[in-house]
Amino acid sequence: MQIEFTHKQSAHCENGVVSNLMRHNGFEVSEPMVFGIGSGLLFCYIPFLKVNHAPVVTYRAMPRFIFNRFAKRVGIKIKREKFSNPESAKARLDENLKKNNPVGLQVGVYNLLYFPDEYRFHFNAHNLVVYGKENDNYLISDPVMEQVTTLTEKQLEKVRFAKGAFAPKGHIYYPTEFPEKLELKSAIIKGIKQTCREMTAPFPIVGTNGIKTISKLIRKWPKKKGAKVANHYLGQVVRMQEEIGTGGGGFRYIYAAFLQEASQILDNENLKELSKEMTQIGDDWRDFAVNASRIYKNRSAQDDAYNKVADQLEAIANSEAAFFKKLKKAI
Amino acid sequence: MKKEEVPQDKGLLETAQTKELTYAVDENGEYTTELSSGWDPKTIALSNAIKDIEERVANAKERVQKNETSPIEYYMELHKMDLPILSSYVGLWQWRVKRHFKPKNFQKLNQKTLQKYADVFDISIEELKHIS
Repeated sequence: MQIEFTHKQSAHCENGVVSNLMRHNGFEVSEPMVFGIGSGLLFCYIPFLKVNHAPVVTYRAMPRFIFNRFAKRVGIKIKREKFSNPESAKARLDENLKKNNPVGLQVGVYNLLYFPDEYRFHFNAHNLVVYGKENDNYLISDPVMEQVTTLTEKQLEKVRFAKGAFAPKGHIYYPTEFPEKLELKSAIIKGIKQTCREMTAPFPIVGTNGIKTISKLIRKWPKKKGAKVANHYLGQVVRMQEEIGTGGGGFRYIYAAFLQEASQILDNENLKELSKEMTQIGDDWRDFAVNASRIYKNRSAQDDAYNKVADQLEAIANSEAAFFKKLKKAI
Repeated sequence: MKKEEVPQDKGLLETAQTKELTYAVDENGEYTTELSSGWDPKTIALSNAIKDIEERVANAKERVQKNETSPIEYYMELHKMDLPILSSYVGLWQWRVKRHFKPKNFQKLNQKTLQKYADVFDISIEELKHIS
């Protein structure tokens, strides 16, 4: 059994699943639109948590949040379910496939065999679409992959019941109700407002203040942690920023693409200019990554090199702070 | 980033025969997407992270051979896990898992608990007891 489903590759998994499921139901919504309306852009440093033995920063909103906000703002309804046992999780999946309904699943990456070994970490917030079943094989549309693929029943069960932080617990989701026409205009404005609010929030770990906090920490790392650990930490910051899913520059380019699309829908020239500015900020993030990589490539830890990349981050924090003030005024 | 500047360095996605999607600006200033095979700054970061794990595994192996820790810690590192992740997979409190790192306590483990660990690491009890 195979559902007629168009696989379109995206930069990020959650945006891609939403965008592809929407298209399947007759609504053409681009990945940047989903990301922007769902207020996906963020910067957050998560203290007290270590992943792969290094501190965690994120450049985007929590998993699930993007789709939930998007749904609420454009007026669609989503059904979500989690399961305590694998049998009922599988039964619900099969039931939906029989009804010709492709569904989104949250999965862990570690046992996702079609990923290269190097990318298989214990990361549990990956998303994909199942669009059919042939014999023992589920047909998989993973938005970050160029091509569709398959997983056996057992392989799929393993990734749906991965353990650890953000364990998926068989999480299945799909849109159930649609309005006649999507409320894009008001949705875009709500999405932008929330992003502005979060990015300029007066807390030291969120938004532009969060970037400043990380910049301060980076200055301390070489002395406090030694060259090896400091390099490992810095490498992780760059990976979170650039690894599969961000579309480059820690989601800043996707956001710029969203602003460009939004400027047409809202007929707002200011947003077009701001899109260019966001692209420039994305370029600054890329420059930061290049300079950081020079440090960990040589596996050295000179204080002045660390200070230099920290300065760069501080400058980015300042330009983003100015940017989101302007963006708030523009809508 | 301009479309023609999207990096096409040798990356680690090659083995999976896929490229990743990035967003870039075309010659008219319009946003578009472009596939990228890889970018050195992040490939280096990822390779370093892998090397780091390999060192941790080698180090754990050495300590098992010196009888300073149990094979559980070795297999944990081998599977890129840390204590919270392993404890969640095996369904035991972290302090209990940590106790099982001690060779003395590991020796006293019953079949049932050993089987739990073996299942998590997808190996036999024999392989769990004697690392190769």
